[in-house]
Amino acid sequence: MEVTTKSMPYEDWKDNEYIESLVNELKASGTNVIVGSLDKLINWGRSNSLWPLTFATSCCGIEFIALGAARYDMARFGWEVARSSPRQADFMMVAGTIVHRMAPVVRRLYDQLAEPKYVIACGGCAISGGPFKNSYHVLKGVGEILPVDVYCPGCPPRPEAMIYAIMQLSRKVKVEKFFGGVNRKENQKEFLKNHPISETTN
Amino acid sequence: MQDLSFITHWIDNLFRVVLGCPDWLTVTLECVLLGVALLLVYAVLALFYIWFERKVCAAFQCRLGPNRVGPFGVLQPFADMFKMLIKELISLNHVDKFLFALAPFLVIVASMMAFAVLPWGNGLQAVDFNIGIFFLLAVSSIGVLGILLAGWSSNNKFTLIGALRSGAQMVSYEISISLSVITMVVLSGTMSVQGIVHAQDHCWFIFSGHIPAIIAFLVYVIAGTAETNRGPFDLPEAESELTAGYHTEYSGMHFGFFYLAEYLNLFIVGGVAALLFFGGWMPLHIPGWDGFNHVMNYIPSVIWFLGKAVVITFVMIWFKWTFPRLRIDQLLSFEWKYLMPISLVNLVLMTLVVVFGLYI
Amino acid sequence: MANIQETIAKQFPEVEFAQGETLELNVPDAKWHDVAAALKNDFGFDNLRALIGMDWGEELGIVCYLVNSKTYEMIRVKVVADGRENPFLHSVTDLFTVAGIYEREVFDFFGIKFIGNPDMRHLFLRNDWVGYPFRKDYDTNPTLNPVRLDHEETEDTTVEYVEGADGKIHKEERVIFAPEDFVVNIGPQHPATHGVLRLRTAVDGEEIKKIDLYLGYIHRGIEKLCEGLTYPQTIHFTDRLDYLGALMNSHCLCMCIEKALQVEVPRRAQVIRCIMDELMRLNSHLLAMGTFCMDLGATTMLFYALRERETILDIFEKTTGARMTFNYNVIGGVRQELADDFVSDVKKLLEIMPKAIKEYNQVFTGNVIAKNRMEGVGVLTPEAAVAYNVTGPAGRSAGWNYDVRRAQPYGIYPELEFDVVTCTEGDSMARFKARITEMEQSCRIIAQLIDNIPEGEICAKVPKVIKLPEGHWFQEVETGKGAFGCYIESTGTTSPWRMKFNSPCFCLAGVVDHLCRGQKIADLITIGGTLDYIVPDIDR
Repeated sequence: MEVTTKSMPYEDWKDNEYIESLVNELKASGTNVIVGSLDKLINWGRSNSLWPLTFATSCCGIEFIALGAARYDMARFGWEVARSSPRQADFMMVAGTIVHRMAPVVRRLYDQLAEPKYVIACGGCAISGGPFKNSYHVLKGVGEILPVDVYCPGCPPRPEAMIYAIMQLSRKVKVEKFFGGVNRKENQKEFLKNHPISETTN
Repeated sequence: MQDLSFITHWIDNLFRVVLGCPDWLTVTLECVLLGVALLLVYAVLALFYIWFERKVCAAFQCRLGPNRVGPFGVLQPFADMFKMLIKELISLNHVDKFLFALAPFLVIVASMMAFAVLPWGNGLQAVDFNIGIFFLLAVSSIGVLGILLAGWSSNNKFTLIGALRSGAQMVSYEISISLSVITMVVLSGTMSVQGIVHAQDHCWFIFSGHIPAIIAFLVYVIAGTAETNRGPFDLPEAESELTAGYHTEYSGMHFGFFYLAEYLNLFIVGGVAALLFFGGWMPLHIPGWDGFNHVMNYIPSVIWFLGKAVVITFVMIWFKWTFPRLRIDQLLSFEWKYLMPISLVNLVLMTLVVVFGLYI
Repeated sequence: MANIQETIAKQFPEVEFAQGETLELNVPDAKWHDVAAALKNDFGFDNLRALIGMDWGEELGIVCYLVNSKTYEMIRVKVVADGRENPFLHSVTDLFTVAGIYEREVFDFFGIKFIGNPDMRHLFLRNDWVGYPFRKDYDTNPTLNPVRLDHEETEDTTVEYVEGADGKIHKEERVIFAPEDFVVNIGPQHPATHGVLRLRTAVDGEEIKKIDLYLGYIHRGIEKLCEGLTYPQTIHFTDRLDYLGALMNSHCLCMCIEKALQVEVPRRAQVIRCIMDELMRLNSHLLAMGTFCMDLGATTMLFYALRERETILDIFEKTTGARMTFNYNVIGGVRQELADDFVSDVKKLLEIMPKAIKEYNQVFTGNVIAKNRMEGVGVLTPEAAVAYNVTGPAGRSAGWNYDVRRAQPYGIYPELEFDVVTCTEGDSMARFKARITEMEQSCRIIAQLIDNIPEGEICAKVPKVIKLPEGHWFQEVETGKGAFGCYIESTGTTSPWRMKFNSPCFCLAGVVDHLCRGQKIADLITIGGTLDYIVPDIDR
């Protein structure tokens, strides 16, 4: 099964192996006809309606604004409904450096997102700490505190790269299974178990 | 003008005569049918407006807007809806659970009830009350209760401020809306929705009602935009100030209800404006031009009604994407110091016009 | 200057003098407050431009740069604290309002407590942070300060250190928010804060009573990182401070290093730098204007502004290869030759801009709602601008005619014709209009230069290994937000002993509380938008 989106040939994608492994997993677990087609419908909806959370800390955020503007126009894909409230957003683009003081806030925002929720680590800082990784106050990648779905490199990534990253996410959503099995929920639960919030004050 | 009531008569006939149902069963079945039909139209219209607004604002902003999902992106709102239907409904700890869950339903029920009395076409209307327009005003004000409850029960300071703003705003602007509606009722002499449409048989009120009708129309469109909480009056959900206003804490389909209701209220305001000022489903008739009037009659009444509503709502979408947002004190002083006195004076003017028979 | 030295020496015999770039005073702590008062009242040094915490290894202290707001003279004052264990200095918050947050910054990073500062809390770091990171003996062990996922407690009280009549210092508690205050937490993740700024706002209905500022949600410790890098390596950080003033910031750092090295920058490079600076200013103002309008609800204006911004980014991209973080300025000049069609592209831009500005004014500035939202909102007086060290368009629109390009001229600006845009209203409308007028002035500057880019080298010959002599240098430039300063203290090695970026946005954030009191919540957005601070520049 070739998982692709409109007007993008399958061969042009990178990381096809990863998606294929997900597809194989999907096939191996076997699906019942009714549930399978229901899954297709749900995945069609989800993958075509990814609403971002307006969240940015630094330079990547400005490129994210540029992504919404006329030249790159993410509205074409239906991603322009940027919600300010995490309850209504689908994915969180961690655009910019995450520092120690911000970490609990980011984690809380993630916890506030409604399922299904996804994370894109956007830019060098969010991936690994980038140029600031030696600093005493910078996280070495947002992967330390959140389960990341897609990494988008660059400093800051060009809007084209961001489009590609969100399209990859949309492709990943397409091979999910709503009723158990192939979805990232298991990994997510495991991750959150390993990265507990030490004590909840609120 | 083709009378579309033959459809309803045919269905009624089907149940009573062909299937031989008793009276109570017929009424029940017809109610269910009607409810389903209205819900369907409601959903489709809301989705259409979501798409329409996204496309229109994209055009204003030199962008393309949704174009990937389906031709011209028409399937985009459907994808959004499917996603929203199965998105998690977060249950919060420190909220008033019952009111929190009730609020979105109040909002959507209010807009559905208002929706039900709109005159869709010649002979196409759920109920034709003798106080139809009054009923419409009454039910549409239930919405503000839902919004207040949503903001209050969320136990969040942003939602509370949003709800209070919304309460103040909607209650104030309701006055102007009612006054301009009453102005037109004075002209038509009836409160029945179909009666108002038929009163515009020869000429739409906006043309026949002289200056008071035009003033009433302007007041109505401004107040209607405020009533739907849309820009430049979108303070209750002012993104840059209050995150998402009164529905900040709502997720999934609960939020979806607010989202749908917002767009449907837009349509209702457009529809009522079409009804009061542009003849509802009545085709454009120019006295004396019989040939022209005859041609106009061939266009189905449903299309006339929808077309007028869409054009008026387009203007309201235009407002939203052009003007900056007002501040709460400016918003209220605009209503109480300008709009309301103007509509009161306008009501007197209209009465004079009617008394002296100055209308066409 | 000699006059100052004589008078001060007569009044305060303990003060030592030196002459570097400016007159330098070395003041003992006991006399610091009095000297500052004398400098302010007798000599008109009423603007505290920078207050820089220092760790000289043996001793801690501060370095201050004071500016006379009328004559633009600058002097440097150095104050050393006693000991490293529990160092105290006297606060000058009562003389220079901006010192309040500057001193909190120094307390946060160096642990120096200021006697008489009414608010001695952490500003950038968490309440439970262990150690003072900018001290040279700071323990970087990550187990001391792990990534904590629990939320820090919000404090409604603070402490002030008060010196008693007997010279003993004791703590006194000060209330920030009373229990009956309705405090709304705006930020750090909020659409209107332009980044991760946190404002705890006490409101009475819709009216703002007080704002408490929390910073550090994007504090990356850039200044500390610079201490471990060589000079050429530090330049890329400047692009990531105020990313909308990237070229101007790196211009500042490069000039500071060039000044220390006494390198003459070729004229071609000077001209290129100047054009790039002005393009960057256009870029900065366009985005500031666009996002501000979006915050006010006029989303369409954002897209109009970004349309022109993309044209500018194209010009940058052709020459430097990047859209935002350019690394274009290097020590001695610029990195690459201009792209072939640079001149024609810029000329095209100059043709577009006047039409675009006219369009902005039609769509937004003339709008009656926009006028109502901006006029009379957040009025800044010239005195307050000086006291809060508000420079840039915000300060100039308040009536303080201060532009680094004229006050402390650098590069080729003295040869150029342009007006310093000044108004007197000081409200949000004035700030907004000042930016639009400055865009016109930037176009005017570019138009003067674009046909006269001289031939020649683009970069001077500099040594392969760059070592600065022992000493200290301070350089300022005018960015889109205000006076951006760069301070280097060197001990003669390849990396700086202390590098400080004195950001204009820090002071802009400091004035928010002053401007917002008594205004509506919606005005907070107007005021924040017209001040136009960039949070990564505040936090560094």
